[in-house]
Amino acid sequence: MEWETVIGLEIHVQLSTQTKIFSGASTAFGAEPNTQACAVDLALPGTLPVFNENALRMAVMFGLAVNAEIGKRSVFERKNYFYPDLPKGYQTTQLAEPIVGPGYIDIETEEGGTRRVRIHHAHLEEDAGKSLHEDFHGMTGIDLNRAGTPLVEIVSEPDMRSAKEAAAYARKIHAIVTTLGICDGNMAEGSMRCDCNVSIRPKGSETLGTRTELKNINSFRFIERAIETEVARQIDLIEDGGRVVQETRLYDPDRNQTRSMRSKEEANDYRYFPCPDLLPVVIDETYIEQIRQTLPELPDARKARFITEYQLSEYDAGVLCADSAQADYYEALVKQTGDAKLAANWVMGELAKNLNQQDLDIRQSPVSATQLAGLLVRIKDETITGKIAKQVFEILWSEGGNADAIIDAKGLKQVTDTGAIEAAVDQVIAQCTPQVEQYLAAEPDKRGKMLGFFMGQVMKLSQGKANPGQVQGLLKTKLDALLPK
Amino acid sequence: MSLDHSDVARIAHLARLEVSDAEISEFASSLNSILSLVDAMQATDTQGVEPLAHPLDSVQRLRADEVSEVNQREALQTCAPAVEDGLFLVPRVIE
Repeated sequence: MEWETVIGLEIHVQLSTQTKIFSGASTAFGAEPNTQACAVDLALPGTLPVFNENALRMAVMFGLAVNAEIGKRSVFERKNYFYPDLPKGYQTTQLAEPIVGPGYIDIETEEGGTRRVRIHHAHLEEDAGKSLHEDFHGMTGIDLNRAGTPLVEIVSEPDMRSAKEAAAYARKIHAIVTTLGICDGNMAEGSMRCDCNVSIRPKGSETLGTRTELKNINSFRFIERAIETEVARQIDLIEDGGRVVQETRLYDPDRNQTRSMRSKEEANDYRYFPCPDLLPVVIDETYIEQIRQTLPELPDARKARFITEYQLSEYDAGVLCADSAQADYYEALVKQTGDAKLAANWVMGELAKNLNQQDLDIRQSPVSATQLAGLLVRIKDETITGKIAKQVFEILWSEGGNADAIIDAKGLKQVTDTGAIEAAVDQVIAQCTPQVEQYLAAEPDKRGKMLGFFMGQVMKLSQGKANPGQVQGLLKTKLDALLPK
Repeated sequence: MSLDHSDVARIAHLARLEVSDAEISEFASSLNSILSLVDAMQATDTQGVEPLAHPLDSVQRLRADEVSEVNQREALQTCAPAVEDGLFLVPRVIE
């Protein structure tokens, strides 16, 4: 039977506020355990929450960016459950009246079209602390620094039809929140976490199958792999006459399999009720309009502009705009080099390659846009060849500094002195008698290709510094002069 | 609506309250008398009345996003039964 995959995503986005959603404790990442957990975060008796104005503003920004209705009145509720990293015994969240109502975004599909993914709603809530299960004499350690960090949870409709679409949707949300500056986008530090609801149904069917929930996935690659794995499991199960059980599952990237978390799950009964410690949040049209005025250029608009302004292909513009920091880096390069094509090639080529190899984000790039621009300018003015530029880039990457100093210190300037190049060409022709004879004996239309061998020898002799155009010209003239008249 | 013995036991478990069998019977009867009051209220026609989110007729005040809390870990951990390396220690929560 042919199956259709149905996916809905719940994405938790950590807002980049200075302080917690309901207290004035810092949210800075990486502090010593429990040094940023104040009496409110610890739920000490007698403390009361006060809502962070910036968390509200950021949630509204997000809503406007995804074409959503903004809740002019939103209400915080208590979601009750017990876990040691949740000191209050409930999570303050929103349910019936969230800050962001129905909206949508468009994603590109594998077939090259677009698909509209509807957003059911997005709500504000607080994060929990962290449990550390390493051995503390058989006990669990609790760090509450993260407790109370503001989150926006974005709940999509089950509108995605493949693992790739789910990853594309998550990437788009990532691009939007980083462009808005409401989230640092650092997935490794948990700034964006994703729960995937996955079900399958016979192709053509309109009813939804029983879904499973894959919890807490924190990379785009894992979203794709976890869903693919889970879909394959569900198909096998059903085709073998079994039934999918509604449950929460964990994805294990090392074994590339999902496994049930059932043992931990009792019937969830969160007994939501409006939080008596917080009043309804009420905003008006003026407030919303003021925020709308401050919205930056969003990824879709930026991509369209890159295509027209820099004559980039749709694909290249899409890749560059997938991350706002990368798009910023690119634009800084274009500004400093005046060459949109060269800049695009380097950002998506050498730079991306090195970042990927070391699993770095462009924000952590050891080579800044200004440093790279210094290098590209020297390619453009033909001080160095493209090949040498890659060497200089490696040095910039590992040792820092600036391109001009490296080119000088290592003597990497391109040789354009015709005399020096001619000497190298003569030497190669003299040393490679068999190849020269082959060249002379070859059919005229084959010779062009054979020139490549001599090119390689001369470039090697010049340590990559000879101007390739000049070498080619001279080689051709000199070899053709040897042809029998 | 009324609660039986197992309902009360379940509610107590969800709230992590330890209650004896004798207490459960007692709570069941007191809770049921409260529920009968709620039943009486249910008879009221609430058509067109917005659900109440808060008894105060007011809206939430907002706080500026500025750090106002300093590290008081040492003081705050004096009332914890067990701490190590700055962490609160609790009975192991996973197998």
